[in-house]
Amino acid sequence: MSTVTVRGTVVIDVDACKGCRLCIDACPPQVLVMTGHEVNARGYRYPQLLAGCTGCKACSQICPDFVFQVYKYETPMEVPV
Amino acid sequence: MPDARIVPTDRPPAEPARLVDDFTPALIDVGAHHLCPGCGEPVAMRLAMEALAELELVRRAIVVFGIGCYTAFSNNLDVEVLQALHGRAPSVATGVKRMRPDTTVLTIQGDGDMVSEGLQEVLHAAARGEAVTCVMLNNGVFGETGGHMTATTVIGQRTKNSIDGRDAEYHGYPILIGDLIARLQGAVYVARGSVHNAGAVARTQKMFKRAFEAQIAGAGFSFVEVLTMCPTGWFIPTPEGPDYMTQTLGEVHIMGELKVDGRIRTTEELHDDNVRKQREMEDALARGGIHP
Amino acid sequence: MSGGAAVGVTISRAPAAQSGRKLMTGSEALARSMIAAGCRFFAGYPMTPFTEVLEHMARLLPASGGVCMNAESEIEAVGMAWGAAATGALAATGSTGQGLSLMQESLAEITLARLPLVVLNMARGQGDYFQATRGGGHGDYRHVVLAPKDAAEAVELVGLAFELTTRWRNPVVVMGDYYLAHTSRTVEIPPPRAPSVPAWALDGSSGGSGAAKLVSFLGSYKQRDDVGYNLADHYRACAAETKAMVAGVTPLAETHHVDDAEVIAVAFGTPARFVLAAVRELRAEGARVGLVRPITLFPFPSAALAAAASGAKVVAVYENNQGQMVDDVRLSLLGAVPVEFIGGLSLDDSGFGIGPELEVGEVRRRIEALLGRGTSGA
Repeated sequence: MSTVTVRGTVVIDVDACKGCRLCIDACPPQVLVMTGHEVNARGYRYPQLLAGCTGCKACSQICPDFVFQVYKYETPMEVPV
Repeated sequence: MPDARIVPTDRPPAEPARLVDDFTPALIDVGAHHLCPGCGEPVAMRLAMEALAELELVRRAIVVFGIGCYTAFSNNLDVEVLQALHGRAPSVATGVKRMRPDTTVLTIQGDGDMVSEGLQEVLHAAARGEAVTCVMLNNGVFGETGGHMTATTVIGQRTKNSIDGRDAEYHGYPILIGDLIARLQGAVYVARGSVHNAGAVARTQKMFKRAFEAQIAGAGFSFVEVLTMCPTGWFIPTPEGPDYMTQTLGEVHIMGELKVDGRIRTTEELHDDNVRKQREMEDALARGGIHP
Repeated sequence: MSGGAAVGVTISRAPAAQSGRKLMTGSEALARSMIAAGCRFFAGYPMTPFTEVLEHMARLLPASGGVCMNAESEIEAVGMAWGAAATGALAATGSTGQGLSLMQESLAEITLARLPLVVLNMARGQGDYFQATRGGGHGDYRHVVLAPKDAAEAVELVGLAFELTTRWRNPVVVMGDYYLAHTSRTVEIPPPRAPSVPAWALDGSSGGSGAAKLVSFLGSYKQRDDVGYNLADHYRACAAETKAMVAGVTPLAETHHVDDAEVIAVAFGTPARFVLAAVRELRAEGARVGLVRPITLFPFPSAALAAAASGAKVVAVYENNQGQMVDDVRLSLLGAVPVEFIGGLSLDDSGFGIGPELEVGEVRRRIEALLGRGTSGA
C-alpha cells in the first residue's frame, strides 16, 4: 500500500460555496475534487478533500466566497492511499 | 455510498495544527455576498483589507466605493465606507483626505467606473498628488450590466455590445490606465496585479502594501490595478476564468509595477521582461532543467 | 427682515461682530459669512458670476484653517465637497446654473446619502428657479432654497443655510446672481462659529469594531446579511426625512403694504428690490399696491402669500425669466385670486448681467396696468 505525505488540511464551509471550481485547478497537489451529484443548501456542487493537502493556502487565496479554513499540521503525517 | 477517499473537512483537525488562513478574512463582517461564482473582485477586496490590517491601518481607514458589482460588497466590510457615484470616487476621496489627513483613504472602482466614466477624475487626483490610493478592479467589462464593453476591453474581446469582439477600427483601442497615471508627476506608486492564481494573489497583496505605505509616507498618489475574473461577463464556463484572463486581458494589461520610487516602466517594458524571462526559462529547460 | 414685516419666524440676527460693518461686494460677503458660519471646505470651478466667490474662498479659507480646492470641473468640485461633508466638516460648493447642471447627479445622491452641504447658485438672471426648487437632478428629493435680496441679507441667510443643512442633513441652496455678486454694500460679518463634529461623521476610527460606519446613498446601515442594499427601505426612510424637513423648516417671506392692497406684487432675490421701489412710488401716490417677497423659495411661503393676497384683486408676479415662480404662486393661491405674470427676461448682451428692462419705471408701468382692472384678469 502506498502512502502520501499530509502537511495540512482544510475545513470547508460547504454551504458558502458557489461551486465555481477555481480551487480545483488552483490546488498544487490536486487533492480537491468537486462532488458529483451532491449539492449544498444553495444547490451548488462543492469541493471535497483527498489525502495529500500541504496547507499551502492556494485554495483559500483564490476562493471568492471564503469557504476554506486552512491548517498546517505541527508534524507531517504519512497517510495510506 | 460515501467515497472512502474523501477526507473529512467539516471540523478543525484533532491533531496539533496551526490555523494559517481563516474563512472570513479580518475586516470582512459577512463572507456571503451576491457576486457571481468565480468572480475575482472579492479576492481583490480581501487583499486590500488584509493589507490594511497588516499595516495596522484599520482604525484610520476610509474606503470610498464607486459603482459596479463590487458595490454590493461594501456593506460587508468592517472598515468605514463612503459610497460615491460611478466615476467620482477620486474626487470624493480627495475631499475626505483633505479634511482628514491622518486617515488612509482608498477608492474601490472598476474599469467602467474609473476608465470609462471617470477618467478625468483619477488623472487629476493623480496629478495633484493626492495622498490617496485608487484601486481599479479591471475585468474589461461592465459586469453589473451583464458584460458590456469598457475603455479597457481588449481588442477581440467579446462583450454584449461588441459581440464579434472589440474591433479597433470600429470601437477604438483600450486604455492602459496604469501607464497614463505613471506619467503624472504626482503619482508615486503604480502597479498592476491580478488574482488569477495564488502566486498572483501574493504579489498583488504586496502591491497593496506598497501603495498604502506610499500614502502613509505622504509621498503622493498611489494606484493599484487588479485584473479580476468575470466569467459571467466573459460568457465562459466559470472554471475557465483564470486561463481566459491570462490569454486575453493579461496579454494586454501586463502585470507588474509601473512606477516605483519615481522610476517608470511601461506596459511594453513589462511585456518584454516577461518574454525575456520566458525565454530564459525555456533555455534553462533545454539545457537540462532549472533545478539547482 | 429690514424694511417690512416678516411673516412666519424672523431670521435670528447674529450678535454684532467686533469688527463692525464693512463695505464689500456680495461675493466677498458670501465668502466671509460662510467661513464665519464654520465652513471648512470649499471647492469650485470658475464661472461668471460665481468666480469671485471662489477667489475670495481661495484666499480666505486656508487662512482660517480650511481647504479650498480649485477643482478641475464642477463635477469634481461637488465630489470633493461630498467627501469633505462625509467627514463631518461643514462644506460648500457652488457655481452658476450651468455648472450646477453638471453637479446635479452628485447633488441628488448627496441628498439621498443625507449629508449636509451648502450650495451657492450665482445665477445668470432667474432662470434657475425650477432647477433649484425642484431638486434639479434625478430621483425623489428636495433642497431648501434661500434667496437673499442683497449682500446684507445674504450674510444672514448663509448662516441660516449652514444651520438648516446641519439640522436636517439635507443640502441647502443659496440663490444669488450677478447683481448680488458684483455690487457692494456695508455688511456685518458675524463672529466665527465652531461647529461640532456629528456622530455619523467618518474618521476611520470605527473600523475593526464590528460596527464600522457607512455613509451611502444606498442606505447608511450595515445589513449584515447577504442581500446587499435594500433601496426600497432606504428611499422610504429618505421620504420620511424629507417630509419632516418640509414641515420643520419655517417658510420665510417679507411683506410690504399688503393689508389693503388691491394689487400684490410677488418677486424674489435682487429684482425684488426694483419691484419694491416701484411699489413704494405707487404707494406714495396713493395706489393700493403691496409686495410679497419669498425668502425661502422651498419650502415656498404659500400660507403667508395666501394670507397677504386674501383681499387683493390681482397678484402680479415679477421674475427675470419666462415665468417659473409664478407656478408656485398659483399653487399657493389655488385660484382664489387671479395671477398675472408681469416679468420677463432682462439680460445684457452677455446673458450674464441685468438688462435695461429691469428698471423701476418699467416695473411700475406693468403694475399700474393692473390697477383698477378688477378680477377678470386670470
